[in-house]
Amino acid sequence: MKGVKYLSSAVALAAAALVIAPAWAQKKYDTGATDTEIVFGHTGPYSGPASAYGTIGKAIQAYVNKINDEGGVNGRKLKMISYDDGYSPPKIVEQVRRLVEQDEVLFLFNTLGTPTNTAIHKYVNAKKVPHLFVATGATKWGDPKRFPWTMGWQPNYQTEGKIYAAYILENKPNAKIGILYQNDDYGKDYLKGFKDGLGSAGQKLIVKELSYEVTDPTIDSQIIELKGSGADTFFNITTPKFAAQAIRKAGDIEWKPLHFLNNVSASVGSVLTPAGLDKSVGIITAIYAKDPTDPQWANDQAYKDWSAWMDKYYPDGDKKDTFNVFGYNVSYTLVAMLKQAGDNLTRENIMKQAASLKNLNVPMLLPGINVNTSPTDFYPIEQEQLAKFNGKVFELFGKVYGE
Amino acid sequence: MEAFLHQIFSGLAAGGIYASVALALVMIYTATHHINFAQGEMAMFATFIGWALIEWGGLNFWVAFLLTIVIAFCGGFAIERIVLRPLHDKPVLSIIIAFIGLLVIFNALAGWIFGFTIKAFPSPFPTSPPFGNRFLNWHEIGTVGITVVVLLLLFAFFRLTPLGLAMRAAAFNPESARLVGIRVGLMLALGWGLAAAIGSVAGMLVAHVVYLDPNMMAGILLYGFASALLGGIDNPGGAVVGGFIVGVAENVLGAYVIGTELKLSVALVLIIGVLLVKPAGLFGRRIVTRV
Repeated sequence: MKGVKYLSSAVALAAAALVIAPAWAQKKYDTGATDTEIVFGHTGPYSGPASAYGTIGKAIQAYVNKINDEGGVNGRKLKMISYDDGYSPPKIVEQVRRLVEQDEVLFLFNTLGTPTNTAIHKYVNAKKVPHLFVATGATKWGDPKRFPWTMGWQPNYQTEGKIYAAYILENKPNAKIGILYQNDDYGKDYLKGFKDGLGSAGQKLIVKELSYEVTDPTIDSQIIELKGSGADTFFNITTPKFAAQAIRKAGDIEWKPLHFLNNVSASVGSVLTPAGLDKSVGIITAIYAKDPTDPQWANDQAYKDWSAWMDKYYPDGDKKDTFNVFGYNVSYTLVAMLKQAGDNLTRENIMKQAASLKNLNVPMLLPGINVNTSPTDFYPIEQEQLAKFNGKVFELFGKVYGE
Repeated sequence: MEAFLHQIFSGLAAGGIYASVALALVMIYTATHHINFAQGEMAMFATFIGWALIEWGGLNFWVAFLLTIVIAFCGGFAIERIVLRPLHDKPVLSIIIAFIGLLVIFNALAGWIFGFTIKAFPSPFPTSPPFGNRFLNWHEIGTVGITVVVLLLLFAFFRLTPLGLAMRAAAFNPESARLVGIRVGLMLALGWGLAAAIGSVAGMLVAHVVYLDPNMMAGILLYGFASALLGGIDNPGGAVVGGFIVGVAENVLGAYVIGTELKLSVALVLIIGVLLVKPAGLFGRRIVTRV
């Protein structure tokens, strides 16, 4: 009898194993994922001072619609829940808690802004919710040891600062550098990358380093001081309004340095045009994505696909606006990652897949620039190319910098 | 030395901006004995109207300029009638809350209608360097000139016209003013209209320099407050002088003494310092009220 009993339990165990095992191999879900759907959360500034960025959220939704029309990802439709955070830290906390605790999304995607993401950084890591491809260039999003659930996407400010430093060391080793930076995390991030890139040469090369506050009405006084310092190279770490002021003032007082303008403000339409296109000639910036207004991409297949997508899925969107390229590229990265995740849609696996993107080619990034991540590298894009403004567009030149 | 002169002149140019904002603050204080926190946002909104008239309406600068002043006057008048009149006998805190509400409303409205990207605002002045010098451009000279003209007009209005006298009386002692037949309510509304008109002039001069966006006036208003308080909140001439002092002091101290990081603190220290040491300001009248 004893034997029979053993035998029957063994059979029962085996049967149980048979039932469970295929389920392991096939499908695994956390909240927000089912056989038919993947639900993810997003917040962005649809209102408030930074609402120019609101178009990114709309572009992501438009890309999601395209993917769903084509059958979804591995047979599952994507569902994006997007809330307005007004670029306000207290508001994003409220919205993200709603996404995580009430809507029960699988992960958060491309939440926008440095102050806003900072406000939810600890919360999402405590809750172990993937906080992916955030839309900010701060360097702190790539810290897998302390914040294993958060990952950036675009090249971070320090990377960009290092690229300008590398160019100066190679091409103008005796430069006298003047720096103007916004006195906050963003400005200091660029400054650190730039100084790290210059290394020991920095002490000798940097002749003047000035800051301004976002509340300052003008920065005329700083530009005058920089000119007075004898600087012949200018690293301009300013947000759009102050960038335009700096370019115009430098032109007015006939200061003509080799001018490096951070990517944050490298917009022909909203910065260089108000500043004066003639005063902007020669400005150098670093870029990583294709500019939709640049005629050299007119016959590029990736551009044509993007343009067709804009026409069909986001006809209200502005085709001159690079933020719509941003939304397209970051969504492309997301879909590639989800495809890679297959049927294992747990939060842990989502994070694991996000950290194992290898040489992912995103069509609207510049040729030669790919997305690469690893468990210790949470910086998806770390390459950029320099471009010089010729009076009409930024013209790419030289090599692709970064690894 | 050249850099030092540059700092002085650039400070004077900024001072012209602060002075014109301070004038609007003084105007509303003289007319209503309130300090309007929404002054900056009202000026910003009026400037957007001016911008729309030029860019969308295709009008000549000066036509748009005058039209904007008229619109701003009517707008200020209407705000007093619609928003502030019902608060007439309410405590001062309610009125301050209403000012802050107006500030938020105008800021959001401008963003909603015109967007948050910066816009270039044209200048009516030539771009060539005047008299061959590089320290000041025509726009800066024009700003100072227009501010002085507005100041003189204000002075003449308050000192030489019966209406100006009636407005001062209505603000200073509403009861007595009413007894001698002045329509106090109308005077208050006129005061609001005039302040909004002066604010719109300031906005249109400032916008060329700092670029037009809904948050344009935030920092400037603070310096405007400092200037108005320094010169004396009830003295238009004092406010203009205060503006120039603040502009130059901010530049020179920022460049040579305290560094750029503490520039804004200069304005704040000035505000607190004046209120503590000489609340009437440099040129203001000390007012004694019998209780």
